[in-house]
Amino acid sequence: MSTSVVKKAAGLLEPRDEAQVITAVNDARASGAPLEIAGGSTKRSIGRPMQTAATLTTHRLSGITLYEPSELVIGAKAGTPLKAIEKELAKNRQRLAFEPIDYRKVLGSDGEPTIGAVAAANLSGPRRIYAGAARDALIGVRMVTGRGEAIKSGGRVMKNVTGYDLVKLSAGSWGTLGVLTEVTLKVLPMPETETTLVFEGLGDRQAIACLSAGLGSPFEVAGAAHLPAGIDGTAKTLLRIEGFAEQMTYRSGELKTLLRRHGVPALLAGEASQALWLKVRDAEFFAGEDTALWRVSMMPSRGPEIGAAAASAGGRVFYDWGGGLVWAAMPAGNDAGASALRSAVAGNGHATLIRAPESIRAAVDVFQPEQPAVAALSRAVKDAFDPDHILNPGRMFAGA
Amino acid sequence: MSFIAMPKPDAAIIARRSEIAECLRAIVGDAGLIVSEDERRAYETDALTAYSAIPLAVVLPATTQEVSAVLKYLNEERVPVIARGAGTSLAGGALPSEDAVVLGVSRMSAVLDMNFADRVATVQAGITNIAISQAVAHEQFFYAPDPSSQLACTIGGNIAMNSGGAHCLKYGVTTNNLLGVRMVLMDGTIVDIGGEQLDSGGYDLLGLVCGSEGQFGVVTEAKVRILRQAEGARPVLFGFDSAEDAGACVADILAQGIIPVAIEYMDKPAIKVCEAFAHAGYPLDVEALLIVEVEGSDEEIDAMIARIVEVAEKHGSRTQRVARTEAESLAIWKGRKQAFGAMGRIADYMCMDGTIPTGRLPEVLTKITEICTRHGLGIANIFHAGDGNLHPLILYDINKPGELEKAEQAGAEILKLCVEVGGCLTGEHGVGVEKRDLMLDQFNQADLHQQQRLKTVFDPRWLLNPSKVFPLEGRLSS
Repeated sequence: MSTSVVKKAAGLLEPRDEAQVITAVNDARASGAPLEIAGGSTKRSIGRPMQTAATLTTHRLSGITLYEPSELVIGAKAGTPLKAIEKELAKNRQRLAFEPIDYRKVLGSDGEPTIGAVAAANLSGPRRIYAGAARDALIGVRMVTGRGEAIKSGGRVMKNVTGYDLVKLSAGSWGTLGVLTEVTLKVLPMPETETTLVFEGLGDRQAIACLSAGLGSPFEVAGAAHLPAGIDGTAKTLLRIEGFAEQMTYRSGELKTLLRRHGVPALLAGEASQALWLKVRDAEFFAGEDTALWRVSMMPSRGPEIGAAAASAGGRVFYDWGGGLVWAAMPAGNDAGASALRSAVAGNGHATLIRAPESIRAAVDVFQPEQPAVAALSRAVKDAFDPDHILNPGRMFAGA
Repeated sequence: MSFIAMPKPDAAIIARRSEIAECLRAIVGDAGLIVSEDERRAYETDALTAYSAIPLAVVLPATTQEVSAVLKYLNEERVPVIARGAGTSLAGGALPSEDAVVLGVSRMSAVLDMNFADRVATVQAGITNIAISQAVAHEQFFYAPDPSSQLACTIGGNIAMNSGGAHCLKYGVTTNNLLGVRMVLMDGTIVDIGGEQLDSGGYDLLGLVCGSEGQFGVVTEAKVRILRQAEGARPVLFGFDSAEDAGACVADILAQGIIPVAIEYMDKPAIKVCEAFAHAGYPLDVEALLIVEVEGSDEEIDAMIARIVEVAEKHGSRTQRVARTEAESLAIWKGRKQAFGAMGRIADYMCMDGTIPTGRLPEVLTKITEICTRHGLGIANIFHAGDGNLHPLILYDINKPGELEKAEQAGAEILKLCVEVGGCLTGEHGVGVEKRDLMLDQFNQADLHQQQRLKTVFDPRWLLNPSKVFPLEGRLSS
């Protein structure tokens, strides 16, 4: 009954509904031919190179299935373009608060990122420190596992502890556990306005201390980044606040007083502030280069150690998340900075390779190697969802 | 008595009780072991008191290494283990069985590290929720999730159940505030999952462990986010003539772009009982009451309350009381915070925990009343209105034969109703035994089997809290 429901053209599978996804996965299982799972194909160069027989794209699974502005919830089929979601939300002055990264600039890719891939890659931008990550906003998923079974987890309500949280597990699993077919997300109102305090000329350590003090204040800093000298002109340390117009005056004044030992900040408001944070979000400072690009995540106060390690290996960095996220552009030769960054991380955090030539992504671990007991659990989780390793095999870890 | 069946205890294990106890004593010493029946009885139930069973033994390890040795031994002997925080679960999450060893984390309750620059605290699993906030209060920090049992409940239990609280509308629940755990698997393996960073480098196993109801491992340490306290917080109280008006007001507040820290709802029966008990000055002539709390500086609070008052008036709010002082704030919260105690004074009650899409609120409230009336039971509704997490209190009399069963039946119907309208069985209490047999109302067998495969990943022999979460029938073989 289910034969030829999936259109096949040059190894491209374009299912139009969940049943066709099931058929495609079952066919792949039966023939032992693994699948690359894609949405808009804008991030396919992230991960270890894979040997797959065909690409399954979700881009025909498209459309918003639920939007209740007063319940702060939106649901959409996985292949819905992110920009369609953002446009619909903007009509009601709402947004995805986790500020998803757009990787097209640094990866030099085109196409439209999909909401399913935002979830599958757990793409969270600068506001993550205040409003949570993509995985925190994701409240429901439907997926087809590598067993060819359609399952759901979570739902459309914000508070839900019914059963294990496979929603969180699917966020950041890069299509290796299941093909997401539908996602439901919590949304938040857009603030009336935003203001960014810009301190100039701080060294990395002082800058991170300044960001920490801001983040430890009651003024709800919703963006905390440091651009060392040479990244965007002179060194700039950025603290973003958002809210009602009357709040901005008060909070920027309080922050200026609190942080006065770091200098007198310039104030950037409205569109100028938004434009700068877009660059931070998308690591645009490192676009158009042939450097290897890393995302390093650890305790914020250790950020400058990572920065120093990157510099000694010939790299350049900037800091987001108050110092807890270091974007490092490293020379693309040898191991592309893997050992320098990972020994600086020293097991307390992780370094993920976002951009590098295929030969390097085949040679170094793209995702941080896990401690053996955790790695064993991760492998067993993969096997529980995808026992035949049909879905994005080896994209995250070799042999899984 | 009650209709949720537990499996028959394994007589062979019970017969070996003294031998097992002696082996446990060799690991944890006298101070870490409870064997006398009188003392074991203290662990026979949790806050779902209708169910109880005296456990085989109670072990109270003092270190992660002791937990590891205990679990390794019990895994080899194939003895079930029930991990226990403070036993405040309303869902029977810590209910033991006669053939199981209760592993309590109460002797591990220290704060190990407070790092204010990085906004993270490292604590042992047995610390109470409130003690974390108290430990960091001198720097004006706090730990955000605040279950109503926060004076007693432990972070270990909070992680197991992914607990929420009144303020999660703004701050999220446990999983949104947890950075890492040290956990012992049933075979004794100690794993560190997550850490001090804000995201996961591989699969989000931390997100999977949080809310796994003590079925994956025993958490012994946790790294949690701590946040700076707001400059101030003040509630405002509104009365409405109908649930519809109150519900529409909540929706409109959120639609206006205002996210209060809490929006609490009480219906008329709840208001009456709370007022009689707490004398909080609640209006008695309204059908529904909302308590809306906002945070910030005095001026910010005034500005936000002005906007909220405007919205409420548009929706026909008749009564409003804006707290201007700390004392007035406390008075407004007094009745709500004492609500459960107040209810307990007039009747036995079962506290439900379903979540619904907030747009369906008036309709669901009407149907809940119908269900309880049909069973001849009283009902009072108290809930977190901003996120749709309902806590209907079904009132019954334990001394009347058959009333508990009727209350359980009504509760099951209410939870099925929550699922029907697009919500879920449990918003913050967990499935435990209470909602175990309703899981197929929300999920299908394929959904549950995929969850069960993960149980097998972490605990291949299904020894940790085995009789919970999934219906006993239809499980994948363990």
